[in-house]
Amino acid sequence: MRPFRYERATDAANAVALLARAPQAAFLGGGTNLVDLMKLDVARPELLVDVRRVTPRTIEQLPDGGVRIGAGVTNSDLAADPLIRRRYPVVAQAVLNGASTQLRNLATVGGNLLQRTRCLYFQDITTACNKREPGTGCSAIEGHNRDLAILGTSPDCIATNPSDLAVALAAMDATVQTIGPDGSRAIPLTELHRLPGSEPQHDNVLTHGELIMAVVLPPLPFATRSYYRKIRDRASYAFALVSVAAAIDLVDGQVRDVRIALGGVAPKPWRATRAEDLLRGGPVDEERLRRAAEAELADARPQADNAFKIPLARNAIVRTVLDLVEAAP
Amino acid sequence: MSTIAARVMGQALDRVEGADKVRGLAPYAFEHPVPEPAYLSAVRSTVAAGQITGIDCSRASAQSGVLAVLTYLNAPRVGTDDGELRILQSDQVAFRGQFVAAVIAETSEIARHAAGLVRVDYRPRPHDVELADAHGPDQLRVPQQIWPLFPIETDKGDVDAGLASAAIQLDETYRTPWYHHNPLEPHTTIACWTTEGVTLYVSTQYPAGVQHTVAEAFRLEPAQVRVRSPHVGGGFGAKLPRHSDVILAVMAAQLVAGRPVRFALTRHQMFSQTGYRSPTIQRVRLGADTDGRLVAVAHESVEQTSRLREFAEHATRATPTMYATPHLRTRQRLAALDLPSPTIMRAPGESTGLFALESALDELAIACGVDPVELRVRNEPAEHPLDGLPFSSRGLVGCLREGARRFGWQPRDATPRARRDNGWLVGTGMAASTYPAMQLPGTKVTIRATPDGRHIVSLAAVDIGTGTRTALAQVAADALRVDLDRVELRLGDTAYPPAAQEGGSAGISSWGATICAGADELRRRLSTEYGDTVPADGLEVTVDMPENQYLGRYVMHSFGAQFAEVRVHEETGEIRVPRQLGVYAVGRVVNPKTARSQLIGGMTMGLSMALHEASVLDPRYGHVVNHDLASYHISSNADVGAVEAYWIEEDDPYVNPMGTKGIGEIGIVGAAAAIANAVHHATGVRVRELPITCDKLLP
Amino acid sequence: MDTEIALRVDGADHRLTVDTRTTLLDALRERLGNTSPKKGCDHGQCGACTILLDGRRANSCLALAVAHDGADIVTAAGLAADGQLHPMQRSFIEHDAFQCGYCTPGQIVSAVAMVEEAATGWPSAVTYRHPDGTDGTDTGPVDLAANPDEIRERMSGNLCRCAAYANMIPAIQEVARS
Repeated sequence: MRPFRYERATDAANAVALLARAPQAAFLGGGTNLVDLMKLDVARPELLVDVRRVTPRTIEQLPDGGVRIGAGVTNSDLAADPLIRRRYPVVAQAVLNGASTQLRNLATVGGNLLQRTRCLYFQDITTACNKREPGTGCSAIEGHNRDLAILGTSPDCIATNPSDLAVALAAMDATVQTIGPDGSRAIPLTELHRLPGSEPQHDNVLTHGELIMAVVLPPLPFATRSYYRKIRDRASYAFALVSVAAAIDLVDGQVRDVRIALGGVAPKPWRATRAEDLLRGGPVDEERLRRAAEAELADARPQADNAFKIPLARNAIVRTVLDLVEAAP
Repeated sequence: MSTIAARVMGQALDRVEGADKVRGLAPYAFEHPVPEPAYLSAVRSTVAAGQITGIDCSRASAQSGVLAVLTYLNAPRVGTDDGELRILQSDQVAFRGQFVAAVIAETSEIARHAAGLVRVDYRPRPHDVELADAHGPDQLRVPQQIWPLFPIETDKGDVDAGLASAAIQLDETYRTPWYHHNPLEPHTTIACWTTEGVTLYVSTQYPAGVQHTVAEAFRLEPAQVRVRSPHVGGGFGAKLPRHSDVILAVMAAQLVAGRPVRFALTRHQMFSQTGYRSPTIQRVRLGADTDGRLVAVAHESVEQTSRLREFAEHATRATPTMYATPHLRTRQRLAALDLPSPTIMRAPGESTGLFALESALDELAIACGVDPVELRVRNEPAEHPLDGLPFSSRGLVGCLREGARRFGWQPRDATPRARRDNGWLVGTGMAASTYPAMQLPGTKVTIRATPDGRHIVSLAAVDIGTGTRTALAQVAADALRVDLDRVELRLGDTAYPPAAQEGGSAGISSWGATICAGADELRRRLSTEYGDTVPADGLEVTVDMPENQYLGRYVMHSFGAQFAEVRVHEETGEIRVPRQLGVYAVGRVVNPKTARSQLIGGMTMGLSMALHEASVLDPRYGHVVNHDLASYHISSNADVGAVEAYWIEEDDPYVNPMGTKGIGEIGIVGAAAAIANAVHHATGVRVRELPITCDKLLP
Repeated sequence: MDTEIALRVDGADHRLTVDTRTTLLDALRERLGNTSPKKGCDHGQCGACTILLDGRRANSCLALAVAHDGADIVTAAGLAADGQLHPMQRSFIEHDAFQCGYCTPGQIVSAVAMVEEAATGWPSAVTYRHPDGTDGTDTGPVDLAANPDEIRERMSGNLCRCAAYANMIPAIQEVARS
């Protein structure tokens, strides 16, 4: 690990100002991903600005029925929160399907959303990687890519976003509230992360010094019944091969609204809007679900090792939504 | 020979060091308190083959707190021919990840950072790292240096004619991937070089081996090298051979003589520095009559080794021991590649070989319409199928019957894909297992009797988690015919007499047989010289391990039967193993508590082998790319269901005075095949290449 | 870059100088000589370094010491107050829930924390059995003793290569029952 300075921000504005002055600085939340990457010499900050005491650590109900989650809330506290568990069970489940309790106790909501890909080549500075070192090439496309993306990739990068939480938040139409050198703004969760294109080094749309302060979940009454299904190579403590966050609003057997997001298949949490559009306004059955899932995956571009993710994602979408429907009281 | 009477042996005693381990107070190598330690961090090559054209240490050396930088230009010359250990001796690079430099510094943080600042330039040459069928016969050779206890290749009868004439014929190829041992404790060393010699704390399965190797490499007398290894955080074979990390630590210690040097490999470095299990490509051909009686067995295995040190997994090793057949042939081939050296990993040969053979037996059972348990019973040999010698004891059929009963094997509809439970396909499978019962040479024991009735038993054996400290004390108590509290067992230090390695499931057998001989000698001297009274200044005897007079007259093996239940999700291919059950014939069980732990540990490692583990080589770079515990999956708690291990009573008077046959390895043998066979029963999909992952079972 | 911090470790207060790069794990092991938490992977992938950090279990290998100035830390050594083993420690011995012992202090700290988490109603991934997430509305205590899958899931952040998992379950169930 390279030497660095450590400063504890006194408030959010101070944190933003400290970072804005230092191009090689980074915010430190729980550190579970950043410290890991610093040990690997992938992250090389010269200054760490500790923001755990300046990002909110509360979960509060909003007047419109939504919920605001402070960016400093730990993953464990988020998953254990009664409001979240009751109103947005898919969010609690997504968190609980990621990492381990001892990591979730350290990791924050803000940090979770900004964790970087676990692509093996990104994490290994002795190999080429466009995300880590633009222009060096992508080792994964011709290399070991079993875990990597099938949707939203580019000729320069096929990394997946590893966050489970982000998948559930994408399904819920969450919004991220930030404060930065240019003031505050709200970013839809589905627009926080970006596809790699020709600039895979940029995971998200945040500017340098922009700090996530909160995540807002809009009211979504039918999310009280929602599910996160994660398929992975171990039964626990492993990243997703494919994951599905789903919620469905059925009225008289017709789909009034449905939310489907996928993890493990794309460089960002993948909101399955195409499948949702096909399902809305009709009945829900296995055949329609299958067609909707296949439409969502029609543009998938698999690599040598990960073509299985197409049928796996299709089957996972069908099963998760069917289970939700069949479990209906 | 008759076995010694068991009074303390057979008791399910708690581990004697348990209270230290549960508090974290039992010291592992890195943890020994030493004054003013310096820290070592290694630099590894980033090419798989080639030549170093330049090394720039200036930035590293300039760091405050850096004591020295080691490269081939200033490293001491070592006196060993072992290519794996000859690090920093020239500008040549033999594999990606080989040590090319190292930094010694005041703190671990400084050492690691400075190691990253050492710039090494290379002239790479094309490398050959892929084990593939494409390796023609000219690139493959018959191994020369594998365990001499077992023939490398075997022939009996006319296999080709036997196969051709068989009513039922099977010809399939099975593949197992690279595996890394990944003990939870990384390979660690503290080395202190003084004018008297070198003192080492090493995480090793073989202190005497480290002592000998370091003495030879640094041109010291063995007495000048002291190796201490009181607690070892797992080994599984990875800490049995000597690796270059110990050499590097001693080189560093010599450079900063007088200061202890602490060196811990990182988890990433372990994937290139501590050995691994070679991948195998195994072709199994079986010929049988319509009742499933074997007519011919042919088993060939292609494996890899490095260019520096030969090691063959020898996957065909167990095949001649398993089943009666008039025609038998085993073949072994090795490709020497630009890779690190493979090594012993829990049940080398058996664990990989019986995945193939026992999968093939399952396929044969289906082809013949014979129950898989019954098929194995039908092919039970009266004597060793290859050399015709009797077995000292052979409990396979007993294990099969007892296992089938306990597991509830029958009634079983053999039809694949016929049982469903709430979206999950359910199946059962079984496999046989075996492991040789061995004693390894090189053990001496000193027993000192004191007038107050204590017996101090000393030898440089180690406890790597197997329960040696407890079980060997139980052996000693019975050998000496005293209560356990009269025995003081001292181990883990080359200040004591040399002891054979902890490996080959031979620890208790080798060390225990020597203790029995020492107890006999102590009694003889007390009786003939001291009138059966311990003299005031005590009496001490030192003995060598006795030869087993029955070697060459009997074949000595443990056997077992493995059963598994699996569930495979119909739509996603996810696999769960809610139940594993094994029954073993392993001779006398010294400590049922620790023995059971070893058996279930082996079975669970077999589960891990079946479903999770594979080291993935990127042939372009020449290294294993999933070199951490997030991407090299070993089974987690959630992957493991009920694991039951039992044993049948077995009195074997030929193996050694205790009647023990070794227990550390047989649990893994056949476990992966039992799961693969159960997966076939559940899904109808035969997976012949491990690991069995969901993508292979997707509808 | 050195900095001075304070840590309370197993009930004893320490002031120590650390590099900003020093993790809590290395501060404990290499500065304070407390080697109860182990270094297995140094990347949060094995759990051997698990400690109680201000009352909650955490991977000490990923926590920078400088960011935890003033923290209250309990290691497995500190669970055994006044030389008396913690009931979880006694149960691990009795059930032989370890072999080499290297992952064991982390397992025990994790298990002790887990029993507390379950008692306060923290859910786990397997708490959600019903395929519509409605299990989450029950925020009461989780019965670990009656539900070994809860233990398996909640202990999965602690790898054990000797694979004593099947012995850990009854060891933990016994403590959870009492």
